[in-house]
Amino acid sequence: MLTLERVSKTFFPGTANAKRALDDLSLHLEAGEFVTVIGSNGAGKSTVLNAIAGTFLIDAGRILLDGEDVTFQKDYRRSRVIGRLFQDPLSGTAPSMTIEENLTLAYLRASGRKPLLGLSRSDRAALRDRVAALGLGLEDRMGTRVGLLSGGQRQALTLLMATLVTPKLLLLDEHTAALDPATAQTVLALTERIVEENRITCLMVTHNMQSSLRLGDRTIMMDAGRIVLDVSGAERSRMTVQDLLARFGSAVDNDRMLLGRS
Amino acid sequence: MSLILLRGAAEQGFLYALVALGLYLSFRTLNIADMTTDGSFTLGAACCATFTLHGHPFLGVLVGALAGAGAGFVSAVLQTRLKIQPILAGIITMTALYSINLKAMGNRSNVPLLRVPTVYSIFESHLPGALRPWSKLLLTGLIAAAVAALLIGFLRTMLGLSIRATGDNRTMVSASSIDPVYTTTVGLCCANALIALSGALIAQYQLFSEITMGVGMVVIGLASLIIGEVFSDLLFKSPGVPARIVFAILGAVVYRVIIAAALSASVAASDLKLVSALIVAVSISAPAVVDLLHVRKLRKEADRHADA
Repeated sequence: MLTLERVSKTFFPGTANAKRALDDLSLHLEAGEFVTVIGSNGAGKSTVLNAIAGTFLIDAGRILLDGEDVTFQKDYRRSRVIGRLFQDPLSGTAPSMTIEENLTLAYLRASGRKPLLGLSRSDRAALRDRVAALGLGLEDRMGTRVGLLSGGQRQALTLLMATLVTPKLLLLDEHTAALDPATAQTVLALTERIVEENRITCLMVTHNMQSSLRLGDRTIMMDAGRIVLDVSGAERSRMTVQDLLARFGSAVDNDRMLLGRS
Repeated sequence: MSLILLRGAAEQGFLYALVALGLYLSFRTLNIADMTTDGSFTLGAACCATFTLHGHPFLGVLVGALAGAGAGFVSAVLQTRLKIQPILAGIITMTALYSINLKAMGNRSNVPLLRVPTVYSIFESHLPGALRPWSKLLLTGLIAAAVAALLIGFLRTMLGLSIRATGDNRTMVSASSIDPVYTTTVGLCCANALIALSGALIAQYQLFSEITMGVGMVVIGLASLIIGEVFSDLLFKSPGVPARIVFAILGAVVYRVIIAAALSASVAASDLKLVSALIVAVSISAPAVVDLLHVRKLRKEADRHADA
């Protein structure tokens, strides 16, 4: 589904601040695979996601999505088939638009309708059902401005918007890190359910080693712009947080990871 | 204030309302203070006047609006592709338009439209005699209603929602397959088309086009928009897009009534722009002033507690 071939990216090249954020990195994801990404701050986790989403152009290498070369495609073009959630729960929704308007926008765009069409009555009922399935009671507040919702509600809504029409790839960049523990748990459970139900290929950055092993079916660890660990299957299911720490101590020198909080 | 004066104010209000609706798109929806407005209003009037003078009043209105869309397009390209700050981009276009507007009027600073058919005179000639004194009010009201309906419908479509999201949350926009360059461009074209349409209809209404008629139009439009917002906030708990649009038209009418009242109370016409500027400055700064007063009050109370 997704292939990164020898991708490199250097920020601020030619200056004293030059930073090689991605170093000859290759990665392949099968369709339906759910991969968690861990690594210390500055390891290049978010940079990989940004490179895939097209936030910047890479210096070298190729990115293939579902067989199509997207290396030079603009970010908004790629996002037709890539769903994306950020750490900031406010970044994925338009605050002065209502829940229904936000969802309508996501739905109309992802389903490839004509730009001058609106929503039909049956579409509206379908959207309401999808919101009800979140189990947050938002289906009775479809006319509420999104700016009035809590961070957790907004992140759940963003998740729904990103998966309303099943994307080819879902990129989650620490999407629960800014939420309180209970809300983070709810959003994480929702994520798991939605990804599983729709068999979405998913790449999730997390700082929580526990959930990196528990969620999904493959874990990669990054350090200095490279993948230093790639485990799946039986090897992964035997692995504990202690193993991760023991084997890759140098790459996990960051308190947040050691404390294991999300 | 006589009924005739009031009727005239309403007619002009309906026409100037299109400027307020254009600014609703650019200023409120896209969050861009678009200075192109002053130029595109005159551009619409200039193009329309020239066509009307040569006997094509309907074509003139159409050409005026399209020319406005073109002006909006230039501003949009300047600020999106060429990365000029939005305010400066608008000022550049507005300045360029001054020369273009003179050219559009055949290198004259004004074009009188006496004894030529206008959309108003043609509409009036099709009405039964009893309705004729009200023909202008009827036509301008119909135009405002039609434009408002179209705009409300447009803002519900995918393109319309995308434009709203662009002004609301840029991060979200590029992560949800919307090209902000495209939506900004479409938004500014539509906004300036509306503003130029207003200029075109005003030129035929007042039977002349003049090079300075657009001066201060941003401020006048904003004043109308804000008056409308104040009213809609009073009447609704959280006014949606349709309410905002309908009340923007109402605001424009109220603004014209205020102006008519001021004129009949013998305020000099030359002072009107000062009044408009004050309305806008006071209403936009009101929340900040309220905050300041609130903090001052809190401080005083804290001091009193400290002394006690």
